[in-house]
Amino acid sequence: MVSEAVTAPVARARRPRTGTGYPRYVAAKAGGAVVSLLAVLVTGFFLFRLIPGDPVKTMTGGRPVSAEQLAAYRREFGLDLPLWHQFTDYCGKALTGDLGTSYQFRTPVIDKITEALPNTLLLTGTAFVLYTALGMWLGTRSAWRHGKLGDRLNTGLALTLYSVPSFWLGLLLIIVFAVGLGPIPGLFPTGGMESGGKEGFAYVVDVAHHLVLPVITLVAVEYGQTLLVTRSALLDEMGSDYLTTARAKGLRDDLVRRRHAVPNALLPTVTLVFVNLGRTVAGVILVETVFSWPGLGGLFYQALSVPDLPLVQGLFLVFASAVIVMNTLADLIYPLLDPRVGR
Amino acid sequence: MTLLEVRDLTVTYPNGAAAVRGVDLSLDSGSKLGVAGESGCGKSTLALALLRLLPAGTEVGGEILLDGEDVLKMRWGQVRAVRWAGASIVFQGAMHSLNPVHRVGDQIAEPILLHGGAGAAAARKRTGELLEQVGLPTARARAYPHELSGGQRQRVMIAMALACDPKLVIADEPTTALDVMIQAQILRLIEQLVSEQELGLIMISHDLAVLADTCDRLAVMYAGRVVEEGPARAVYEDALHPYGKALSGAFPRIGDPASRFAPRGLPGDPPDPSDLPSGCTFHPRCPVALDGCEVEDQWLREGAPGRRAACVHVGAAVRSTT
Repeated sequence: MVSEAVTAPVARARRPRTGTGYPRYVAAKAGGAVVSLLAVLVTGFFLFRLIPGDPVKTMTGGRPVSAEQLAAYRREFGLDLPLWHQFTDYCGKALTGDLGTSYQFRTPVIDKITEALPNTLLLTGTAFVLYTALGMWLGTRSAWRHGKLGDRLNTGLALTLYSVPSFWLGLLLIIVFAVGLGPIPGLFPTGGMESGGKEGFAYVVDVAHHLVLPVITLVAVEYGQTLLVTRSALLDEMGSDYLTTARAKGLRDDLVRRRHAVPNALLPTVTLVFVNLGRTVAGVILVETVFSWPGLGGLFYQALSVPDLPLVQGLFLVFASAVIVMNTLADLIYPLLDPRVGR
Repeated sequence: MTLLEVRDLTVTYPNGAAAVRGVDLSLDSGSKLGVAGESGCGKSTLALALLRLLPAGTEVGGEILLDGEDVLKMRWGQVRAVRWAGASIVFQGAMHSLNPVHRVGDQIAEPILLHGGAGAAAARKRTGELLEQVGLPTARARAYPHELSGGQRQRVMIAMALACDPKLVIADEPTTALDVMIQAQILRLIEQLVSEQELGLIMISHDLAVLADTCDRLAVMYAGRVVEEGPARAVYEDALHPYGKALSGAFPRIGDPASRFAPRGLPGDPPDPSDLPSGCTFHPRCPVALDGCEVEDQWLREGAPGRRAACVHVGAAVRSTT
């Protein structure tokens, strides 16, 4: 863009102001995303080679194994090959969607991931929708009445919960509402995703029942960030001249807020929302572990402790791709929200 | 017929700053009043006060009679109905007064839909007419504010102000931040539209020359008060108040060699509204101050027929100090 503006100012000035801008912008952003994905592919390979521990020794679990057997294992997983050879192999396969075979489960990595992904998405997706809606709603209200008692309570509570470690809050909820404390009976299951042996509607209710506590934990620790970002973005717009214009037109206060202030404050919030959306795929290692949720977070934990290199690499690739894709989507949405971006 | 009558208007901000301290103004429909003064003299506060647009917690006293009804006594519903339909404001459109994320056509149509109860199609048609009235092609309705030049944005602002056929238009620094050629175009446009539609106009500016050129009458404000008031030409060319003199002296007059060499400008800064000088608030900067000015406050006095100024050197007091 810059070099073009320098070399061909006349041509640029003649071009219509809208229309050609967006496809170009999309191409630039998509190109950037592809470069990021390649960087992730390379980083993922070398980063986890730095983890101490010999995967083959871990697999054999310290049993006395002959050198021949170890060598056989190494050959089976391709660990005897030079590093650059392993790397090209890994890249070539990754590009065709083959992420290798898990050392510990002896099944394709991609199968393990697709198995756990829906469970994670169910948990984090539900929580994401709830904490985003709650955070944006409360953040808008807080900003509009900033400095008042309601705002101070709102912000104070959000900050407190935001600072609470998720696993601690999760354990607390399990003790009080799952195990039961004093007069409070154990209302919810302590962990897992289902009790087993249920079908149809009963199964749905059962899963929902298991969802309650982990979702509450996630919403409680996450909504604060959305609230604070929404609030500060809106506060930045509060003194704007165009809001005085809107009031002078005779608009009601809530219309001034909804129609004029909020659309201008959306950009920082949307960035955060998409980063969070990307993170939903990565699951939440701590919460999934505390509630024994069979998702990607738990799987990542298991893979790291071996280290199960193909599985770790595969998960890393999936997590990073999700974040990159969501950030790119956010970039693509900005021009639709704010006409000043990307034209 | 009197369109707007402001009586003893006072505005005090929550921090204690007395931005407006007893202003009387009167405007007939079809006439044009200029309000001049340095930044911080309370002229923009005055504009916002007329439609009760000042921030919550600001104390506003006195009376603002718009078409005989006191705006300050209205319920909020009535105030909202008066806003834009009864009196509209041309803000500094060249700056940030238009919403950056909405198309200008939608912004112009917004008050039409709100006050007129017109349908979307009718509002769109009216928006097109308004844009043509201010000299912009109808197709510009689809543009966003950042796609327009400063002058075009100001034209949009004017089209918007006329959207609901108000009886009074308040133009708050409508030409500030525009270059001189565009400034002249915008002023001609405002003049033309005001005379065509028999509107009352209050134009606020720091530029006395611009006001003298456009308006019938001129009020010069200093430290929250009108210190001089009279026919625009007379005030500009031969001010009675020493502040008025300094203000008109601050603009060189083309073709008058004497003005080029005459000392101009005014030493010192405008007073801090939360810490005003005693007596006549102008005395610390006044070249002709007397000993008594430090103690005795001044109100407008008759200086010549139809002309008033608040200075001890002018005529006899027409209003006792209350």
